Amino acid sequence: MRTYHPLDSKLLCGALGAAGLFCVLEAAGRTGLIDPAAFPLASTVLGRAVALLTDEAFLSDVASTLGVWASGLLITFAVAVPAGFLLGTSSQVERALRPILEFLRPIPSIALIPLALAVFSERFDMKVTLVVYAATWPVLINTMYGLKDVDPLAKETLRSFGFGRSAVLWRVSLPSTAPFIATGVRLASAIALIVAISTELIGGGSDGIGSYVLESSGSVDAVQYVTAAAIWAGVIGVLTNGLFVLVERRVFRWHTARTEVV
Amino acid sequence: MLEITNLTHTYGSGPSAHHALGGIDLKVAEGELVCVVGPSGCGKSTLLRSIAGLLRPGGGQVVINGTRVERTPDNLAVVFQDYSRSLFPWMSVADNVSLPLRRRRMDRRQRTGTAMEALAQVGLEGAAAKYPWQLSGGMQQRVSIARALAYRPALLLMDEPFGSVDAQTREDLEDLTLRVRGLHNMTILLITHDIDESVYVGDRVVVLSKAPARIVGDLRVDLPGPRDQITTRQHPTFVRLRAEVGRLVRGIPAPPAPAP
Amino acid sequence: MSGALRAAARLWPVPVALVLWELAARSAEALTFPPPSQIAASMHTMWLTGPPERLWLTDAALANIPVSIGRLLLGWVLAGIAGVTLGVALGRSPLLFRFVDPLVQFARAIPPPMLLAFFLALFAIGTRMQVSFIAFGIVWPVLINASEGARHVDRQHLDTARVFGLSGRERLFRVILPSAMPKIFAGLRVSLSLALILMVLSELVGSVDGIGFQLLDSQRSYDLPGVWASIVVLGVLGYVLNSAFLAAERRVLSWHRSAKQTT
Repeated sequence: MRTYHPLDSKLLCGALGAAGLFCVLEAAGRTGLIDPAAFPLASTVLGRAVALLTDEAFLSDVASTLGVWASGLLITFAVAVPAGFLLGTSSQVERALRPILEFLRPIPSIALIPLALAVFSERFDMKVTLVVYAATWPVLINTMYGLKDVDPLAKETLRSFGFGRSAVLWRVSLPSTAPFIATGVRLASAIALIVAISTELIGGGSDGIGSYVLESSGSVDAVQYVTAAAIWAGVIGVLTNGLFVLVERRVFRWHTARTEVV
Repeated sequence: MLEITNLTHTYGSGPSAHHALGGIDLKVAEGELVCVVGPSGCGKSTLLRSIAGLLRPGGGQVVINGTRVERTPDNLAVVFQDYSRSLFPWMSVADNVSLPLRRRRMDRRQRTGTAMEALAQVGLEGAAAKYPWQLSGGMQQRVSIARALAYRPALLLMDEPFGSVDAQTREDLEDLTLRVRGLHNMTILLITHDIDESVYVGDRVVVLSKAPARIVGDLRVDLPGPRDQITTRQHPTFVRLRAEVGRLVRGIPAPPAPAP
Repeated sequence: MSGALRAAARLWPVPVALVLWELAARSAEALTFPPPSQIAASMHTMWLTGPPERLWLTDAALANIPVSIGRLLLGWVLAGIAGVTLGVALGRSPLLFRFVDPLVQFARAIPPPMLLAFFLALFAIGTRMQVSFIAFGIVWPVLINASEGARHVDRQHLDTARVFGLSGRERLFRVILPSAMPKIFAGLRVSLSLALILMVLSELVGSVDGIGFQLLDSQRSYDLPGVWASIVVLGVLGYVLNSAFLAAERRVLSWHRSAKQTT
């Protein structure tokens, strides 16, 4: 009954929305509704963002932040997943550690930056350590949660065929926890980026997007540079998040299918 | 009071289109209880949604008391099959029943009074302060019926109202429907796929064919009242009608008249 | 009583950990890891050596802790109002959603610290900058959750509302908002913990008062027990906020949990 309508296209609408916002901002700047001295024209910011692509200092800062982000996430994965399994499968360990975790967890990781500044002499180590600390929580908690969610029937089925504990862990618990771990890692990725940049902003130093922003915020065109850098940080955020979502959808198609039915 | 003329509806278009209604003509007189029965997936719900104004049909028209249905009419209530999705879980039973009365220009006291009266009519005056999910399925469906009663509709539509409860509860709810139908001179259209139920509850049974649905039978139910679950179901008229409706639903031609 | 006893029994690892830490710190004598007793003493002198008529709170405590909490809560409330309003609008209007969703997804992906420099450049240092930074940084989880919740209202609930002729207002306040409420609360909770982080961040970078400022101040004067003291206070604050929120959620969403359990 319905005929095809151009406004049905998500892509077109999204592009129109973005273009619309751009035009409104540009018009507001040109008509003086927003003072161009306080906030640069949308076209100026966009031009600056494009120019940053060929700015070697900026690119190496991006690479440095992404390096911290990636190494932090890798270490987090290596530490938090086994820890989650230990806590999730052994109730004694869980009982002993849970109260301490409950006291540690609410501490905002950003508050540890001044302490880390006093402890570490090497900046890269400091950043990675803070990233690992902050990113561990979502992975750890999702792993534990996923283990609780494992279907007991599946475990019993395997056990009734005479499989041992490790076989059950490997063949049932791990696969059915994996989607939860993946969600935890995706959340951790956003947190890792936040902590890495915050550390660069507060800890000073000379490399990373945070430092780039800090340096350029002293200049006359501060808003222009800072906004352009924020746009690229947003792009990085969208890309990294999109990457994880894509992997989750591909690898765990069976899981999304199941949760949609239930 | 309800007049449906040449109602058609098609979902989608092109080769994947689904023709749900293939021209329905139906007249229901005031105070009548009509059961619409048909095979599952035949378009019964589409018919109901069109009458309720929840769906704009592809063709034809629905007229209630001389007014063509364009949007949901004022004087109409629906009891849906899935009570857990139709009652609001964040409101108490009393609030659920009195919510639609806000439209009736009543103050709070009158609303509560009317709601309590309706709850008493379905035997749930004690459950007013509870939440729907604290009640059993059958009780929840009685709350839905109370909500419809309190609203005092001229036309009550019931969409497979007893499809989600166990057999015993189902019979209780059928009897409840027969008991409350006389209360406000309501006209009731009850949609079901259960042949026995349609004959037991209805004054008239309208049989739909497979999609695209057409009316293939319209039988008057002449059963002595008051009906009850044991004797009525053994009555020869009931047995005969049940067999006839069953044949119509399955599309089997009537057997040749028995030789004299 | 037995509940309190059981909680106490469950919490035994905490004192054990504290004692171990105390012993380790004393024997190691590392400047950066002071023993808990020293941290507690530092907390006491920093905040609890004032005059008795002010509940022993010091000037430093009164000057820093309330401003921080105020900024955090104000930013959170503003983000909550804006997020729910915009989110529900987006959730109920598929067309608007198609236009705005990419922008929302993009804005959400920007790491909030990048925005701090932006807000610093736009506003002067001070509460106005901090509150708007916090609100802008944490609005996205609420907005996205509210729009999800408003979009996925059960069709039968909406049909019921239409059949019984509820007005648009009633539909919004009695059907759409309540059924989106579990999602909205999930978003508000994420935002609250994010608000604490951004509050600290904004006070570490651009502030002249607040717990974060005090934390940085201690670090600059190499007062490590002071640094730890501030961290502990922030942890306690996070714990209290989260517990209070969960208690409120349990009350408001009691229908949701129970309805889930029985169906």
